[in-house]
Amino acid sequence: MNLAKSRKRSDELTADARGSKRDFRLGHGIAASITVVLAIALVVVMLVSMTLGQYSMSIQDVVGAIAHYFFGVTPDGYQDVHETVIINVRFPRVIAATFIGIALASAGASYQGLFRNPMVSPDLLGASSGAAFGAAVSLLMGANPLMVQVTAFAFGLFAVGISYWISNIVSRGENIILSLVLTGMVVSSMFSAFISIIKYVADPDTKLPSITYWLLGGLTSIHMSDLPLLLIPIIAGLIPILLFRYRLNVLSFGEEEARALGVNTKAIRALYIVCATLVTSASVAASGMIGWVGLVIPHLARLIVGPNYKLMMPVSALIGGLFLLVVDNISRVFFSVEVPLGILTALVGAPFFLYLLAKGKKSWV
Amino acid sequence: MIFEAHDVACGYGDIRILEHISLTVESGEIFCLLGPNGVGKTTLFKSMLGFLPLIEGGISIDGADISHWSVKKKARTIGYAPQVHTPPFPFTVIDVVTMGRTAYLGTVASPGKRDEEIAEEALDRLGIAYLRDRIYTEISGGERQMVLVARALTQEPQILIMDEPTANLDFGNQVRVLQQVNRLAKQGMAIIMTTHFPDHAFLCSSKVGLLQKDSFVIGDAQTVVTEGNLRHAYNVDVRIIEEDGGEVGLLKSCVPIVRECPCKANDTVVAV
Repeated sequence: MNLAKSRKRSDELTADARGSKRDFRLGHGIAASITVVLAIALVVVMLVSMTLGQYSMSIQDVVGAIAHYFFGVTPDGYQDVHETVIINVRFPRVIAATFIGIALASAGASYQGLFRNPMVSPDLLGASSGAAFGAAVSLLMGANPLMVQVTAFAFGLFAVGISYWISNIVSRGENIILSLVLTGMVVSSMFSAFISIIKYVADPDTKLPSITYWLLGGLTSIHMSDLPLLLIPIIAGLIPILLFRYRLNVLSFGEEEARALGVNTKAIRALYIVCATLVTSASVAASGMIGWVGLVIPHLARLIVGPNYKLMMPVSALIGGLFLLVVDNISRVFFSVEVPLGILTALVGAPFFLYLLAKGKKSWV
Repeated sequence: MIFEAHDVACGYGDIRILEHISLTVESGEIFCLLGPNGVGKTTLFKSMLGFLPLIEGGISIDGADISHWSVKKKARTIGYAPQVHTPPFPFTVIDVVTMGRTAYLGTVASPGKRDEEIAEEALDRLGIAYLRDRIYTEISGGERQMVLVARALTQEPQILIMDEPTANLDFGNQVRVLQQVNRLAKQGMAIIMTTHFPDHAFLCSSKVGLLQKDSFVIGDAQTVVTEGNLRHAYNVDVRIIEEDGGEVGLLKSCVPIVRECPCKANDTVVAV
């Protein structure tokens, strides 16, 4: 009797929402194994990528060259020229593309949860424009590539630090998210203006082209020696991003609700801003401005596994790595003149984002 | 369990919005907070939940001052069901409800099977198990309110604080939410809720607090929700109508008197 009553009540409650149906997401079992599939796919694509290029090689050649360089073993069919090509050119480049993709996608996913807005990308608080300014300054001074990377990284952190500091003063504890977004915009455009000043005063024959080319984004000049400054911050930032990711679900419901649910919002927010800045600045410092990855990839991940960060964050990171690797392959293999990576990600990312918006549900935007 | 606010003064920074607020709620009681817009109901709620530091006074649970409790400990004791809203991402209902378990998780852990089961029990308890796999952003307002209550229940709290649980709901859903609130109280939950409808105090309260700019009246619905008090608080003319409902007992309702207005038609609403 009681049961029938409550059933009836349930039916009444549903009546006004009957239109919506179970959505397109994968079942839980499939969804969990997708992480494994993507991880394997990423490794395979990385190996295949290293076979691509003017000097053609088989996967065995690639594996052999890597084994020889890192472990000192000499497999059958090993040739020195393989190691030269792989270690000097392709290995650092493939590693860089993969990790930058992973970094930008997971930083973007973090920021979207943190700022409760799916339209946010990892350069929101000025990490990219700060890093670009740092790079432009050292290029203007004629610094070496490592110096460019170091100053870019430092200024990326500096810009976000300023945004965070000012927003704390401005907000006085209320509406922290909004003040962060606004001060981030201000700081970003300040640094963009500084970049313009530098371009304006730079020698148009020598300095200006190198600055402009750097800003377009690309991995042409990546060497083994550049990898530590790229990989260490990215891995250091990624670990907490992955460990605390469940908290982002709760944070996306807003400051007060998250606190009522037992999340130390201040600490988690600071942690994610620091980590996302670390990985974004390191990426921009190594590769220049590469847009769209941090915005589009989390959307794609959400489309496949739903918005729960437990699954969405690793999937987003893996797809980000795959995406940037494939795009970098296109840029380096399919055109006779190498197209800057930033241009390609925009050309691929922007229409793809439109497609997602058109295909997606209203509740996304 | 006794929740006690003792001579609380609250506000933002140095600006005091409310002073000398004292109230107690025990397990099984429903405290219904009434008051006009802008009088400080939300501020009082934020202070009770610890979002705003108290300017004066203290809040205690079973005699223990909660101001130094960790966020986690508070979340395990006080469940919070906010007003219905739309989060930015299309979580499934079970995901939303399971988030109520956050306070019980280790620092870097995600909820496991057991947490999901507790969430399912909460959905069952409110009779909305059928919503489990639906998308939270796509269900109706009434359903979303019930989901938020379910999430608060998975916090396994001793006291449930609800901010206008009937706001934005149609008539039927309002009544259904009130029925659930009554049921939860019968099962031993202490509940504090705000509402804009004095009628709800008759339907669903053991204590009523009427918050006004200059006073805070507490008592049972019969003594607090009176024509005089409502007239004073909301500045409108009200009659309280009684009707013998037979088996359901005495029915009481507040009916506002809408007179032919001598003022101009485009006169603005009084901003309070």
